[in-house]
Amino acid sequence: MLARNWPVMLLTAALMIGLVLPLATKASPPGFYIEVLLGGLMAGVLYSLVAMGFALIFKASGVFNFAQGAMVLFAALAVARLAEQMPLAVAVVLAFAIMVVLAWLIERLVLRPLVNQEGVALLMATLGVTYFLDGFGQTLWGSDIYKIELGIAKEPVMILDNVFQGGILVNKEDFAAALVAALLVTALSVFFQKTSTGRALRAVADDHQAAQSIGIPLNRIWVIVWSIAGLVALVAGIMWGAKLGVQFSVSQVALKALPVVILGGFTSVNGAILGGLIIGVGEKMAEVFLGPVMVKMFDLAGGGIENWFAYVLALLFLLVRPEGLFGEKHIDRV
Amino acid sequence: MLYRENGQFKSSYAADLQMLPIAQDRWFVLVLVLFAFLAVPFLASDYLFLSILIPFLILTIAAIGLNLLVGYCGQISIGHAAFMAVGAYAAYNLVLRLPQLNFLIVLLLAGFIAAGVGMLFGIPSLRIKGLYLAVATLAAQFFIDWLFARVKWFTNHSTSGSVSTAPVELFGWIVDTPVEKYVFLLALLIVFTVLAKNLVRGHIGREWMAMRDMDVAAEVIGIRPVYAKLTAFAISAFYCGVAGALWGFVHLGSWEPLAFNLTLSLNLLFMIIIGGMGSLLGCYFGAAFIVILPILLDQAPLWLGVGISTATASHLAFMIFGALIVFFLIVEPHGLARLWAIGKEKLRLWPFPH
Repeated sequence: MLARNWPVMLLTAALMIGLVLPLATKASPPGFYIEVLLGGLMAGVLYSLVAMGFALIFKASGVFNFAQGAMVLFAALAVARLAEQMPLAVAVVLAFAIMVVLAWLIERLVLRPLVNQEGVALLMATLGVTYFLDGFGQTLWGSDIYKIELGIAKEPVMILDNVFQGGILVNKEDFAAALVAALLVTALSVFFQKTSTGRALRAVADDHQAAQSIGIPLNRIWVIVWSIAGLVALVAGIMWGAKLGVQFSVSQVALKALPVVILGGFTSVNGAILGGLIIGVGEKMAEVFLGPVMVKMFDLAGGGIENWFAYVLALLFLLVRPEGLFGEKHIDRV
Repeated sequence: MLYRENGQFKSSYAADLQMLPIAQDRWFVLVLVLFAFLAVPFLASDYLFLSILIPFLILTIAAIGLNLLVGYCGQISIGHAAFMAVGAYAAYNLVLRLPQLNFLIVLLLAGFIAAGVGMLFGIPSLRIKGLYLAVATLAAQFFIDWLFARVKWFTNHSTSGSVSTAPVELFGWIVDTPVEKYVFLLALLIVFTVLAKNLVRGHIGREWMAMRDMDVAAEVIGIRPVYAKLTAFAISAFYCGVAGALWGFVHLGSWEPLAFNLTLSLNLLFMIIIGGMGSLLGCYFGAAFIVILPILLDQAPLWLGVGISTATASHLAFMIFGALIVFFLIVEPHGLARLWAIGKEKLRLWPFPH
């Protein structure tokens, strides 16, 4: 199917060329290039985690959850502050319990009264939730910068130094993050495919009314979905918190995850993962290799193109494939 | 008893088509406008002008612009502050490079430039819709934010990236004091409101609404989607461009690169949601609400005499703001304009509601 779709092919080809160009023109040593690539993939894993939260909720309840970033911040703050009092594992479990309560409250107080409203109103409601959670999280847990210690060595490790000149520096923490993300995705897909609750979730995602008519309780399903999104937010929050410290800016990560969801397709968890990796790599590559070129060419006051690169990439992609990579094709009827 | 249309007969087409068909409405609006022009300048304090009335007037223009796109044409945009930025920087550069131009012409040109940019970023709306489009408009927000922060030409190579402007001058009249600014903005707002009202009840507005209600059906009955959507983007961005230029020149005077950031875009969206989508009156209510609420939330701890730290206060303000948004959406999803309409309906039957 993809073979006949020439705009997609063209875009993919352009991306591929862009990807290998720095290497082909000898603009960077191969070791450094692979470092950038790995860095991009690692960032991509974290974007994927946040994007998965979006996709899960959108799929099951048709709500575009702008508050996912705020949930990540809230969860990270909870873990960071609780871990000061108790062992990390207990703190994580407790934080998950808090996220479940939060999910239940959101379903009760926000979603249920707004059922059958149009998409924009729901989007706005989640924006309201975002503001509330940002304020609430910082009132409850404090607004300083906190650290989450995972007990993994921070110093980078040199690998393959006999293959490339200078070797490659990698962070053990990043590998741990990738591993956890992979585990989470596997666990979720088993949950969705094999358990009866998972099947119910997929039924609701397919068709609300049909699911309801065969006796699936919508409200409970929503609580479950938001709880799972809370779990995903928790994992993402721990990863980001361990990497960058827990602070308000974590909440902004969600904005980076938005192009990921539209690239992957709102309704697809697989799309979120692949989209996250594409965006992560593309963004890092653009910042490192395209940025200096642009600064020189247009006489800019500094780079920072990673702020918008992901969006423009996703936008270009949407122009040729409006439903995203794995989104469901939509047929309009009058 | 006082508010009803019995006995008001329309005997000409003009009377049938007028903007406010009920005489009491016409009188009310007339009195309101006269009050705003003649009484408010003497009654209000400088603080009231500078921190409430002037932002309110400018943001109302921007909210009308956004409402034309979101409320009437049904295309969601979370990036409209970007078009305000385009208007502001366009006006800055026009004044800087062509100082002989009249400010009104600068304002119009800034609006047209913003309209051009708006059309450019409106092109994706032909392919993607709904929430996908909402995210796509964020591309405009982040790209334009970056553009004005990084490309030195736009800020005239200022080292900090911030720009400052001289007071607006119109035919020798220097709009400098709060009262003058207020009168100038009020006049502009009235012009733009009347213009918008006539746009939305004319054929172009009907095309937008048909697009909003069901785009495929609209296409079938012969409405060109390209034309309808792009005009909506263009006119909406025009309004926001003008509002942005006014925000920069009249309200701020000098501004930082990120003065028109995502928060402002979201606030514009809140305005039209709280005020009422697809209602011009709602833009006024929404803008007033969003301008006044943060000030109230800031002041509330002082009035209550509670001694809390500023950080806690700002977090609490965030919480209350978010909770209020959700509350409003639940209680009245059609906005304050709907409440107003209900009130008017009730008033027509009062005091005998049966």
